[in-house]
Amino acid sequence: MTPAKAEIAQDILDSRRHDEQLAVAATQEISRSPSVWEVVGDRIFRRSTLIVAWLTVGLVVWIVVRIGWVATPAVRSYGGAFFIDTTWEANRAHFGILPAIVGTIYSSILGLAIGTVFGLAIAIFLSERFLSSGIDTVLRLFGLSENRLLGKLPDRLEDLLKITVELLAAVPSVVYGLWGIFVVIPYIRPTANWFHAHLGWIPFFGTSLSGPGLLPASIVLSIMVLPTISAISRDELVAVPPRIREAAYGIGATRWEAILAVFIPTAATGIFGAVVLGLGRALGETMALAMLAGNANVISWSVFSPANTLAALLANHFPEADSVEVGALMYAALVLLGITLVVNIIGTVIVQRADARLKGLR
Amino acid sequence: MRIARSTCVVVAVLMCVLISTVDSGFGPGGRPSVTFAAEAITLQGAGATFPMPLYQRWFSEYNKLHPEVQINYQSLGSGAGVKQFQQSLVNFGASDAAMTDEEMAKVKEGVVLLPMTAGSIVLSYNLPDGPSELKLSREAYAGIFLGKITQWNDPEISKPNPGAKLPDTKITVVSRSDGSGTTFVFTSHMSAISAEWKKRVGAGKAVNFPVGVAGKGNEGVTALIKQTPGAIGYVEYGYAKQTGMPMAELENKSGKFVKYGLETGKNALASVKLPANLRAWITDPPGADAYPIVSYTWLLCYKKYQDPKITETLKSVIRFCLTQGQSYSVELGYIPLPANVVARVTKALNEIS
Repeated sequence: MTPAKAEIAQDILDSRRHDEQLAVAATQEISRSPSVWEVVGDRIFRRSTLIVAWLTVGLVVWIVVRIGWVATPAVRSYGGAFFIDTTWEANRAHFGILPAIVGTIYSSILGLAIGTVFGLAIAIFLSERFLSSGIDTVLRLFGLSENRLLGKLPDRLEDLLKITVELLAAVPSVVYGLWGIFVVIPYIRPTANWFHAHLGWIPFFGTSLSGPGLLPASIVLSIMVLPTISAISRDELVAVPPRIREAAYGIGATRWEAILAVFIPTAATGIFGAVVLGLGRALGETMALAMLAGNANVISWSVFSPANTLAALLANHFPEADSVEVGALMYAALVLLGITLVVNIIGTVIVQRADARLKGLR
Repeated sequence: MRIARSTCVVVAVLMCVLISTVDSGFGPGGRPSVTFAAEAITLQGAGATFPMPLYQRWFSEYNKLHPEVQINYQSLGSGAGVKQFQQSLVNFGASDAAMTDEEMAKVKEGVVLLPMTAGSIVLSYNLPDGPSELKLSREAYAGIFLGKITQWNDPEISKPNPGAKLPDTKITVVSRSDGSGTTFVFTSHMSAISAEWKKRVGAGKAVNFPVGVAGKGNEGVTALIKQTPGAIGYVEYGYAKQTGMPMAELENKSGKFVKYGLETGKNALASVKLPANLRAWITDPPGADAYPIVSYTWLLCYKKYQDPKITETLKSVIRFCLTQGQSYSVELGYIPLPANVVARVTKALNEIS
């Protein structure tokens, strides 16, 4: 045994002895029974968390019951016809929400489709280090990649881009609405009207875009759901286990083959969850849609046609509503609540199924 | 002794000087609690958005004259104003549609309706290559809002505008999406001039417009008209004036095309007699030079107040609005009340106690 080896052996012995001492001390500490205060404190804490948890559930139930209560007279007098009537005439106490339901679902799905394409693209761009590797290449070209300041540039820029996209979530809805009216609508109007003039036989381009309408509303909606979709999708893509990444490249996949055939399917559950969350936001979005959708009770396939949404209908009519109309509005609120609930349940079920399928991969 | 006495005098004089300087120091600009012996009174009001700029001006001018009186006016809309007034949440309400007999019956303290000012609604449009002036006949603007006239070069529009080059642009009708007194006044007028409108759409704070898009609030409608070539919509005169939008000349009951102005507005008010309860909806004024879409807007007061101080203050505020206040109307785009109406409203103040 060389002196060095002996020293190491001694060290190991020392550390073991130390561990044993610690373990003895720990058992001495733990072996004592909990004091009265610890037991009482523990119980109080458990009870209070339980109460708060149930209060949250109670709050949701209470909201639904209250809305349902005020809506009861309207539910009785309008019943199922409420869903198929196409006009909302407060002056004649005649209420129907079919155009609003169609508009809500149409604008949400359209907005979500655009938002998902761009959101997923951003997520891939940010998670697969496209930006930083690009900058790295440029830096290396000039021999600056080991530079103390510039060497950190790729990571910093990537962080900056990520934060910028997430900042979109902090922009108030009314600002999006104004931006939609003054920027988006004038910008897309010539293109939209070209589509109508040349491809008007396709139902989606059946009307011309004069001002507010489904398309501008959906475009703005897609920007509003973008941060939700891109942030969660990026996190999910980053969380793809390294062994799967390495295995994909190991069997000779190109970068895009790996991304499209391996990484995205692996992260699909989380990405889908992000899309469902985005849909939740899109369905309930009020102010921007009230400003951009046109608030017209029209049902049309055309994406250039004005439309109405449930949330915008509620926001527009509540302040001046009399008691009969308030009942009808509460009925509409109940319907909106029902739609969001169903969407979320469907989303959760799909996510759970997908989760179970992908369990072996994680 | 002598010395002591003179010292006393000197001390007394010094104290006087000290006190006077202290007093003047805290006098005019100092602490309000010292200078105002009268206690502060706050009046709460809520209602119509239409007269809001004028009301705000009135209440701030009144506050300058009577700093102890603070008046809070929330412009929540006529409907909300009536509702809060019925629930006694405010000292006074305000409404562009006054109150119906049914609504008034629910207020046990009794209601006094006071017309405070009048305003008008104009049809603003956006025609980039169109004429600078546009005359619209009753058939034309009823047809446009009913969706029967869809192009700007429709013969019904071009007939009264000889020589004007009307473009081949699609008409986009812009209306209000939220319930409002403005819509009530406009649709009441439309129901008065068009039997078809009355049958198909009717009058109300929110109606089902047959065509077009809708914006929230006067500012929403204004923005949509400005952003949409070929658009036409109804807005309060004040908003159209502020934003410099063109306004159409409208054909009135006697068949004359009238542009909105102070005189034509006054003519419209003069051509309608107010009944005993001071509630008259001017749906279609008959005067030869009367602008067709004009309306009073009302303050809603209780007949009986619990606190005599509130009663006195409220009456004093209203008297101020009826006299000095009327002079602010014109610059803000409202029509001052005719002298006989001012006299009658002043008399109606006696009903409040």
